[in-house]
Amino acid sequence: MKHRTFFWFILPTLSAMILFIALPIVSVFIQSLFVAHEQVLVVSESCGPFGCTPTTSVDLEATAKLQEERPLGQFNGLGTYTNRSHLAFAEVGEAWASSASMGEFFSKVYNLPFYSALTFTLAYTAIVTPLVLVLGMAIAVGVNNLPNMLKGLAIFISLLPFLVTPLVGSLILFWMVDSDGVIGATIQNIFNDPTLSLKASTALTWIMLMFYGVWHTLPFSFITFYAGLQTVPEDTMEAAQIDGATKWQRMIHVIVPHLAPLVSFVTLMMIMDNFRVFEPIVSFKAEAHAQSLSWIIYNDLRESGNPLYGSAGATSLITIILVVILMTPVLIRTWRDFTRKSH
Amino acid sequence: MFLKNLATATAFVGLMGTAAYAANCGPEGQSIRILASDFPAIHAVAGTAESNCAAGASEFSTNHTTEARQIMNAALTPNPAEYSSVILANATLTQLMNDGLVRPLNDLVEKYGENISPNLLITIDGNVMAVAFMANSQHLFSRKDILEQAGFEGIPATYEEVLEAAAMIREAGIMEHPIVMNLQTGWNVGEVFNMIYLGHGGEFFEPGSAEPAVNNEKGLAALEVMKSLAEYAHPDHLTHASNETQGLWESGQAALGVMWGSRGSPILDDEGSTEEVTSNTVLSAAPTVGGGSIPSATLWWDGIAISSNVSDEEAEATFAALVSALTPDMVAANNDDAVWLLDGFQPGPAAAGVAQTAQGGAKPYPMIPQMGLLHAALGAELADFLKGDESAEQALADVEAAYRTSAKEAGFLQ
Repeated sequence: MKHRTFFWFILPTLSAMILFIALPIVSVFIQSLFVAHEQVLVVSESCGPFGCTPTTSVDLEATAKLQEERPLGQFNGLGTYTNRSHLAFAEVGEAWASSASMGEFFSKVYNLPFYSALTFTLAYTAIVTPLVLVLGMAIAVGVNNLPNMLKGLAIFISLLPFLVTPLVGSLILFWMVDSDGVIGATIQNIFNDPTLSLKASTALTWIMLMFYGVWHTLPFSFITFYAGLQTVPEDTMEAAQIDGATKWQRMIHVIVPHLAPLVSFVTLMMIMDNFRVFEPIVSFKAEAHAQSLSWIIYNDLRESGNPLYGSAGATSLITIILVVILMTPVLIRTWRDFTRKSH
Repeated sequence: MFLKNLATATAFVGLMGTAAYAANCGPEGQSIRILASDFPAIHAVAGTAESNCAAGASEFSTNHTTEARQIMNAALTPNPAEYSSVILANATLTQLMNDGLVRPLNDLVEKYGENISPNLLITIDGNVMAVAFMANSQHLFSRKDILEQAGFEGIPATYEEVLEAAAMIREAGIMEHPIVMNLQTGWNVGEVFNMIYLGHGGEFFEPGSAEPAVNNEKGLAALEVMKSLAEYAHPDHLTHASNETQGLWESGQAALGVMWGSRGSPILDDEGSTEEVTSNTVLSAAPTVGGGSIPSATLWWDGIAISSNVSDEEAEATFAALVSALTPDMVAANNDDAVWLLDGFQPGPAAAGVAQTAQGGAKPYPMIPQMGLLHAALGAELADFLKGDESAEQALADVEAAYRTSAKEAGFLQ
């Protein structure tokens, strides 16, 4: 294709990408460099049904004048990125200087909101992603070997978790693991401990969230691999069979290499998906034990009644950068495969 | 003062009842659009305003949503604003005033305020910013049968007595977790700290500034009380908010609860619980703490505010319509839905807790512009302490550090 033709061909897609992806990211980045104007406080008396008290309030005129002068707010550079709510350079440095042992250092760093959220997010991604890949492949192979009569039903059942909206799915599980719920009460019976609660322990909450993550995303990898299995060339399989390869050897040496591009694809999707884990934390009310980067963004925009846009923007950009770093190995692999094939 | 109002209010009922009341709805043909929370008392006010004044208006719409607090600033920012009025409370009024989204009501009160007693006017620096109509606060719910069975006499009046009673109930083998409280991580746990801290006589900020002042002896004492209470609460307490605590109470799994006044009537009614629970539930003032003399609670009011970004006629019609609902008739028809601050209210058993708490001199939730940020910091940072992962000193230091970071970003601290 001529460069000129290619350019006109790609133009609509390119402009949509700039408009809907690149520009918003640039805008979020610019906003994250600013903080709000100085709020001019005045002391006045406030009265209501419960009496009068001296109190402070915002001097709107003075604040409005500041806003008019500089509509974006006060320039803060990368200050928001390095403050205590984010990378916390000063606090981490202080922890390093004042800690006697590595354990103490890590526990001080873990006490900072960003690092504790990052720890959970990374752990969630690192545990859920491989589990989903392996289990998805196993179920796909299992279903593929079923007699035709049962296949439709098995596929339908395996897809069910995916059909439930994440928020609803996690709410249902939340009720089930309540100490009065089906799962919660059963676990208490098994361990004969009436105070055992899945919601009260950090370790159990993490396990529960990851279990939910695997349950909910498994159908995606299953259906992708199942579709891939339908394209495995029959002659190669037959040749392997004639050569005396066992089922397991055929799986490892024929099927898995054939599905390798799909494995890369599912891995990429899963990393992106798991890194933005959010809904189960809200539904499970797990904030006390587990917070994720996405949850921090949501909290900045919502809880304070005074949305912290710069803070949310900074966390968003750090999240994007971390996702790109995590995906790089898979992307490099895909690129190598692509260039090798095109020669 | 609170009870005196109630008394005058009752005296007025006879007078008002005889006068034929015709609603004064202000200018005709205006659009009235109300944003409000979703609970029965607010439905009563907005519904009465609608039946009084919808006929003369070009449009009358109400949006009752539990998300009101989250959307109100965004909805009132454009000009014209999405809603001409918001039904709000202490904390949400400051949230809107910080952005200049509600207008002073002095002239409207002069014109339409014959039903409004002066103490219902929320004034800041001489400007009336809202008109309150109901009160709410946290207070103590007790099961008198269980207390009796455990050998505790009377109803606990201090948090120390609450803990003593809880220990007796546990020892008697009646309940392992007799206490329920809204300790869900986030807003609720922050609010529990606020009320116990105020009960200790604490102040949230250095006077006249936005510098936090919770990391002190009173803050530590408040945290210790919270920790002791949590030990007698259900193991899942960090996920419990009003719906869960009400559920535990109604299913008879708790004997001592600190819950909102607005849960009084749903708990005492004959739905969702047993006769044994409802007939033995006693509502009383929030306990005092640490030798203090005022109930450990935050007093709240709900009231009417009018948007800045609507035309003067719309503002006038909206105000007139809503104020037309604040009558003894409306109160009489919905008496048990709220602790009304209006004429005609007859406090029933469901109102006893809030009335006693207010009478005892509990502090109102502070109307300070940066309070929301401190509340959010408390909500986020106290869970580690309650889980036993860090010391009270560390938790309060974290709260102040988290608050300082967000207050700098919001422009309150430099």
